[in-house]
Amino acid sequence: MAKVLMKGNEALGEAAIRAGCRYFFGYPITPQNEIPQYLAKRLPEVGGVFLQAESEIAAINMVYGAAGSGARVMTSSSSPGISLKQEGITYIAGAELPCVIVNMQRGGPGLGSIQPAQSDYFQAVKGGGHGDYKLLVLAPATIQEMVDMMGKAFDLADEYRNPVMILGDGILGQMMEGVEFPAEETALTLAEKPWATTGAKGRKPNLINSLFLDPVELEQHNHHLQRKYDRMAKEVLWENYRTDDAEVVLVGYGSSARIAKAAVDLARAHGIKAGLFRPITLFPFPKAALQEACKQANHVLTVEMSMGQLVEDVRYNLEFKVPVHFYGRSGGMVPTTRAVLEEIIRWAHSGEEDKA
Amino acid sequence: MITVFERPKALTAVKTHYCPGCTHGIIHRLVAEVIDELGVQEETIGVSPVGCAVLAYNYFDVDMQEAAHGRAPAVATGIKRVHPDKVVFTYQGDGDLASIGTAEIVHAAARSEKITTIFVNNATYGMTGGQMAPTTLVGQVSTTSPRGRDSAIQGYPIRVSEMLATIEGAVYIARVSVHNPQEVAKAKKAIKTAFELQIAGRGFTLVEILSTCPTNWGYSPKDALKWLVDNMIPIYPLGVKKTLEEGKS
Ligand SMILES: Cc1ncc(C[n+]2csc(CCOP(=O)(O)OP(=O)(O)O)c2C)c(N)n1
Ligand code: SF4
Ligand SMILES: [Mg+2]
Repeated sequence: MAKVLMKGNEALGEAAIRAGCRYFFGYPITPQNEIPQYLAKRLPEVGGVFLQAESEIAAINMVYGAAGSGARVMTSSSSPGISLKQEGITYIAGAELPCVIVNMQRGGPGLGSIQPAQSDYFQAVKGGGHGDYKLLVLAPATIQEMVDMMGKAFDLADEYRNPVMILGDGILGQMMEGVEFPAEETALTLAEKPWATTGAKGRKPNLINSLFLDPVELEQHNHHLQRKYDRMAKEVLWENYRTDDAEVVLVGYGSSARIAKAAVDLARAHGIKAGLFRPITLFPFPKAALQEACKQANHVLTVEMSMGQLVEDVRYNLEFKVPVHFYGRSGGMVPTTRAVLEEIIRWAHSGEEDKA
Repeated sequence: MITVFERPKALTAVKTHYCPGCTHGIIHRLVAEVIDELGVQEETIGVSPVGCAVLAYNYFDVDMQEAAHGRAPAVATGIKRVHPDKVVFTYQGDGDLASIGTAEIVHAAARSEKITTIFVNNATYGMTGGQMAPTTLVGQVSTTSPRGRDSAIQGYPIRVSEMLATIEGAVYIARVSVHNPQEVAKAKKAIKTAFELQIAGRGFTLVEILSTCPTNWGYSPKDALKWLVDNMIPIYPLGVKKTLEEGKS
């Protein structure tokens, strides 16, 4: 199929449809409005349901009901709306329901701004709501990658019976790129969901629930969930860019990683052995791959659109063996390639004074 | 031997956790009898609330989902949109429906979701220990209105049925009580009508049922029924508030 020029949000909507998603519940918020707008047009064409809910709280609980009923279902929002959804997300995680949640992040805290940001990293990868739970978190860096990821996101959700988050940002949602879609599958084979509430015809009733009044049972449930999160470790995805001999390794995800990649090329042109490690799954975190990419590194630098969130996980996953620095812009400001280059130069040459 | 009374098929044999004299149990039975009479046990998906009825999923012998506090109408919306041919009901208390979940119930009605809501109004937060509910009467003592609900400070009770009856998408709204056998019979009829209208695809239906909480009201089961009649019914008048049944308006 030929490439088409498309806005990120719309491409994501189309990719969801190709992945067999037939139910969408959401509430308007910038910078993700083109997702619901696109699906409002498209879903009815394929026999699906688009519903604008009265709030993000209602939307995520509609997702709970639909996911519990066996549907391939998703919602999308941006930072303030994702905060509102947290109650529903922890119930979905607790009841082990598959769904996809998109966060096109914008600046915070509070009402913040409508400009792109990556300041919901902690919220996405550490759980977000109350209780011990994890989301599978995928972080695309291009519109093509976002499109290619949708099928995988829904499949992972079904396989693990767990909510999957696509952690994007306003840049990815709003920009246009050429993109190629997977062929329109007429007969997708979707996972069987014998646990779903579909009417107890000829079988015992099913129950969708996250309540365990007996603490012994709830602890067992938490161990069961934890074993599932451990099993997810094999799903790690990442990209290495010129890291083989890199002495300064940049780490970034999503839009920031693209800026970092450009800065790596500029640094190489300056004779600096720079590289980029880009985690594509943020949970599970590609720890071994990060350590491998940083084998030669004297310095590691995270590039983020936040006040420093990913940097904590990078330090932790490198087990504090390499100095890890942070460069970020926040509140909707985007790092420039030049500023990142200056940081690379700074760390590449640090320590030279001592040697002289 | 002729059996004259037995457990409805749509109820499990599980012993309920409700306090002695609590009318939640009667209401469960009525819902189950209606499911039996309509022959829809295998077609029904219920949603239990957060409140004393949270464990309703153990008692109704149908597919069930347990919703977050107040969100049952949204969960039911998700279910019904996926299974438009199934019978979907929510079972919710007054704190659940008329306080934290006000937006969800109003908008489910506005969208005319083809679901039935069983709304149990006992003028208190039973489960958490008798705190003031949105439906607590002016002057009524609760654990968070220890001097009685003072309208100057805590405002007035919400009449959910009257409010929802103003919404175009609501096709059947009735308030009933279960304080004596005649009213129990009327309550069952209202529940059945609501389910029938849902099954006919007409739209959103709700039955508000005045219910006792002897434990938190601090009355014996019998006195609680009398308190309901003397105090709740004047504020919450019984009757059909809206219907789009054939031949009625
Ligand atoms: C988000 C949230 N807030 C508060 C609670 C605590 N809570 C549990 S039940 C309840 C009140 C239930 O009252 P009602 O809906 O009237 O039901 P009843 O117990 O009277 O039948 C509250 C506040 C909760 N579980 N979740
Ligand atoms: S606390 Fe009140 S509402 Fe709850 S079971 Fe007991 S009597 Fe019923
Ligand atoms: Mg109550």
